[in-house]
Amino acid sequence: MTRTREWLYGWLLLMPAFVLLVLFTHFPAVANLWHSFFSTPRGARKAVFIGADNYRQLAEDPIFWRALSNNLWYALGTIPLSIVLALAMALWVNDRLPGRGFLRLAYFTPTVLPMIAVANIWLFFYTPEYGLLAQVLGKLGVDASHNWLGSQSTALGALMVVTVWKEAGFFMIFYLAALQSMSPHLAEAASIEGASRWYFFRRVTFPLLMPTTLFVLVNAVINAFRLVDHVVVMTRGGPDNATSLLLYYIYEIGFRFWDSAYAAALTMVLLVLLGATALAQFVFLERRTHYR
Amino acid sequence: MNASTHVYEPAGGARALETVAAWLLGVLWVLPLLYAVWTAFHPAAYSTRVDLSAPWTLDNFVAAWRAAPFARYFANTMMLVTIVLVAQLVLVTLAAYAFARFDFPGRNIAFGLVLVQLMIMPDVLIVENYRTMTVLGLRDTILAIALPYMASAFGIFLLRQTFKTVPRELDEAARVEGCSPLQTLWRVYVPLARPTYLAYALVSVSYHWNNFLWPLIITNSVETRPVTVGLQVFSATDQGIDWSIITAATLLSTGPLLIAFLLFQRQFVQSFMRAGIR
Repeated sequence: MTRTREWLYGWLLLMPAFVLLVLFTHFPAVANLWHSFFSTPRGARKAVFIGADNYRQLAEDPIFWRALSNNLWYALGTIPLSIVLALAMALWVNDRLPGRGFLRLAYFTPTVLPMIAVANIWLFFYTPEYGLLAQVLGKLGVDASHNWLGSQSTALGALMVVTVWKEAGFFMIFYLAALQSMSPHLAEAASIEGASRWYFFRRVTFPLLMPTTLFVLVNAVINAFRLVDHVVVMTRGGPDNATSLLLYYIYEIGFRFWDSAYAAALTMVLLVLLGATALAQFVFLERRTHYR
Repeated sequence: MNASTHVYEPAGGARALETVAAWLLGVLWVLPLLYAVWTAFHPAAYSTRVDLSAPWTLDNFVAAWRAAPFARYFANTMMLVTIVLVAQLVLVTLAAYAFARFDFPGRNIAFGLVLVQLMIMPDVLIVENYRTMTVLGLRDTILAIALPYMASAFGIFLLRQTFKTVPRELDEAARVEGCSPLQTLWRVYVPLARPTYLAYALVSVSYHWNNFLWPLIITNSVETRPVTVGLQVFSATDQGIDWSIITAATLLSTGPLLIAFLLFQRQFVQSFMRAGIR
């Protein structure tokens, strides 16, 4: 094949996917920046250039700051716990404990369910007086009337539990894959050297799982900012914005108050956060794993 | 496997302790699901108390099925999942082939631009994509739910990795026999990548079956709503908080996927594993 023909073929093959990608990823990201400098068109009033007004509004918007800090706490509360649990699950399922078939099924099933269904199930689980949680606590002599999702102090925590429950099994799979591709000779060699089990985990298994941990970490961070289905179902951001996450707030501003310009400014914050994650991944992850 | 490949399996007391811990976590993990199943299959009177003599019933499912157009929602979801998957398989195959085997100017930049979507997914660009769909006149259509996801960076990446492992000799042999690039793709690359296709298809189907926020925003009628949005519309309207019926509807809407998962558990888990290894 001649060079020009190869060029032509390459671009023609790529073209259909690339056009859609530009149309629904790159263009909206840029258009979003553009629109964040305009006002929201209302009725006959057209959008006018207002400079950084949307960002000024954002800086003074207590709900935005609340949503942002909620989201950071949410990420901090769910990610490390999910990853630790995922690792423990993978190690247990990988060891031949009795009933590992059941265990793998139990850990992984929440992953297959839609978040919206999970949220409905947990909504019932958390119901004051009647929910399973209230009943179990009641049996233990603890006050069963506590409204887990209706109280400022526990609502976000209750959502975090749901997220960990749903995600740990998903991350387990990646650890399991990594563990199963590990050479058994490592363990043999280490045992001949007399290394203890904990020492082997700390000095061999865990370091070898590092690329997996970083991969899972990046995915967990993206998910912490991308998935708000359970907020829509369980709390609608309440009580008093205690569970409003950034994307949920964008949804509220954009599609309940129809303020698309302010929603665009909020989306920019989200894009910057995701961009920072990408940059961190590039610096830490790409250098260690060479898969290209 | 002999014992020596598992020299660091827990033994004795440690083994007992870890078994208990693993099972405790396992039971904790299935408890909400079992509770949901219990509620859905029993009369409302038993929804909040576990009584082994309670009668089993399908009434809640019948009531849920009658209360909302779930048949239509299911049809919409099937349609959505099929459109997305077919489009993805075609687009992703072509693009991955271009990246794996063709040398063209701008290839690395283009690949970098593709990878951007791994971070900035369509899920977060809801405001602008809604605007685009309005301009295109596609609001409240199944196509509008599907379009932003058709060119999947994840799929392109995954398949490119697989295509790169195909020996060049096979490719050249096909060319010598007079195959065009597209024929080579179809006869050599696609058959060799079948496990990757299966893995990707399972991941994609479960993702789009479960997707919620974007469909919620872009659809507005029974004719287009997928089952996740339908379920939310159904549970959010005042049902007098009849948990038995809501739980039945929830299980109903996840039923097909859950049954498929239980039947093909091994393939599911292996597919996710395969898709995760990069």
